[in-house]
Amino acid sequence: MNPLRCEVLVVGAGPAGGMAAKSCAEKGIDTILIEKKPEIGAPLRCAEGVSKKMFKEIGVEPKPEWIRADMKGAVIRSPDGTSFQLDESKAGAEVGYVLERHLFDKGISKLAAEAGARIYLRTWMTGPIKENGKIVGAHCVSMGEPLDIYCDCIVGADGVESQVGRWCGIDTNLKLGDIEPCIQYRMAGCECSMDFCEFILGRSVAPGGYLWIFPKGDGVANVGIGIGGTFAKDGVRPKQFLDKFIAEDPRFRKAQILEIDAGFDSTCPGLEDGYSTDNVLLVGDSARLIDPLTGGGIGHACVSGMYAGEVLAECKKKGDYSAEALKAYDRKIRDRMEDGLYRDWMAKEKLAELDDETINELVKIMSTADIEHVNVQNLLIAIKDKYPKLVEGFEDLI
Amino acid sequence: MIVNTNKCLHCGGCVGSCPKNAIFLCDTILTFNSDCNRCGRCVRLCPVGALSMEGAQ
Ligand SMILES: Cc1cc2nc3c(=O)[nH]c(=O)nc-3n(C[C@H](O)[C@H](O)[C@H](O)COP(=O)(O)OP(=O)(O)OC[C@H]3O[C@@H](n4cnc5c(N)ncnc54)[C@H](O)[C@@H]3O)c2cc1C
Ligand code: SF4
Ligand code: SF4
Repeated sequence: MNPLRCEVLVVGAGPAGGMAAKSCAEKGIDTILIEKKPEIGAPLRCAEGVSKKMFKEIGVEPKPEWIRADMKGAVIRSPDGTSFQLDESKAGAEVGYVLERHLFDKGISKLAAEAGARIYLRTWMTGPIKENGKIVGAHCVSMGEPLDIYCDCIVGADGVESQVGRWCGIDTNLKLGDIEPCIQYRMAGCECSMDFCEFILGRSVAPGGYLWIFPKGDGVANVGIGIGGTFAKDGVRPKQFLDKFIAEDPRFRKAQILEIDAGFDSTCPGLEDGYSTDNVLLVGDSARLIDPLTGGGIGHACVSGMYAGEVLAECKKKGDYSAEALKAYDRKIRDRMEDGLYRDWMAKEKLAELDDETINELVKIMSTADIEHVNVQNLLIAIKDKYPKLVEGFEDLI
Repeated sequence: MIVNTNKCLHCGGCVGSCPKNAIFLCDTILTFNSDCNRCGRCVRLCPVGALSMEGAQ
């Protein structure tokens, strides 16, 4: 196929790539968005929970069809059944929606298309094109045919696979302990609450991670689990823990699986050496921006995509896409996300060490603490008072 | 590397956690290149145990 040319090439049409393409195209940048799958947003690799305030931050009005369920709150449960319920009145905008990801992802890419981005599906980037050591585009395979796309800057939005960055010299390799393999069932006939998201902690339930129940209404829920990479091995796989939980919890005695989804979360505190280099920057999961404690990545994916457009518009004006010019992007990410990522990474590391009894204690502490506005920060403050060991080493971030 | 294609859910997780960036996923097909040093990380992490190594027990 004849080569294509654009100013910005976005690789991957998840929320991060869709937002990046939208944000670039809106600023008058000639943008191409490629996606290797034949359908944007499918198959699912996500529990679909997102905070309401994310939409405000990215300036996108959520469409009714993107939202499957509006949560009243969340429940945190420990292995002995102790639970702590946070209601909307206390959790405010931290509580969120359970999305219909395939419609949400397509909806964001639709906004990109409407802003003028060209979209190519079934187009797989297989490596960078280099001229005199400089990255000038991407080798792709489009509908089975080789295709070269030349551009001024590549935005890596290739999700957990995070190959674009590594091909282009950005180190996105993860430590074993910062990888969380997950599996999830979409189940029908669930007798759990349809108004509250539930998080179940404890080494016997989900070593190094947690188990979640995110309701989608009408007896349907995403029931899934992620476990810490250091715990995973043959005989200790997420599927076994999830199957055991479902078999033992009476709320799922009649439930049947409609869909099986797998996926990995990164649970690292961001990228040490930064998120960009000459002519390349990374957004979303490819930049390892998932919150290491909650596993939530949709919000950071969308926000980083938006930042990419803001910074690349400046680069276009100056005709400068060098690492130096793209540092403005790194600064935005660091200012907005890195303290939170680091705090939550420390909390994740500490939680992974605790046995079931201690987790039971912690959830008791939370349930009896008088917290005005519940969010991760305030929960950690409550724990800090009664169980200072958990926050040792990162007290200053709380 | 041996992929049990009846188990693999094409989630791409092994691709992202391979320290040698030696795994490639397109649609439902996983391939491995010669950079693989048989560290075993992908085998250990796959959520459903779809991977194994030639010659390993
Ligand atoms: C089991 C599970 C549950 C989760 N639950 C939640 C949750 O409840 N809430 C939340 O906020 N987050 C959740 N996350 C995280 C969330 O799914 C991600 O953070 C989010 O999808 C990141 O968006 P992204 O655009 O960066 O990547 P993705 O959505 O993964 O999109 C990347 C896209 O790039 C494409 N691609 C990859 N390589 C190439 C290539 N070489 N060429 C072309 N295209 C390519 C892929 O096909 C894919 O479509 C969960 C993750 C998992 C695994
Ligand atoms: S981690 Fe397992 S299920 Fe996922 S793509 Fe790799 S082999 Fe397949
Ligand atoms: S064995 Fe190690 S190097 Fe080889 S593909 Fe698996 S993770 Fe990569």
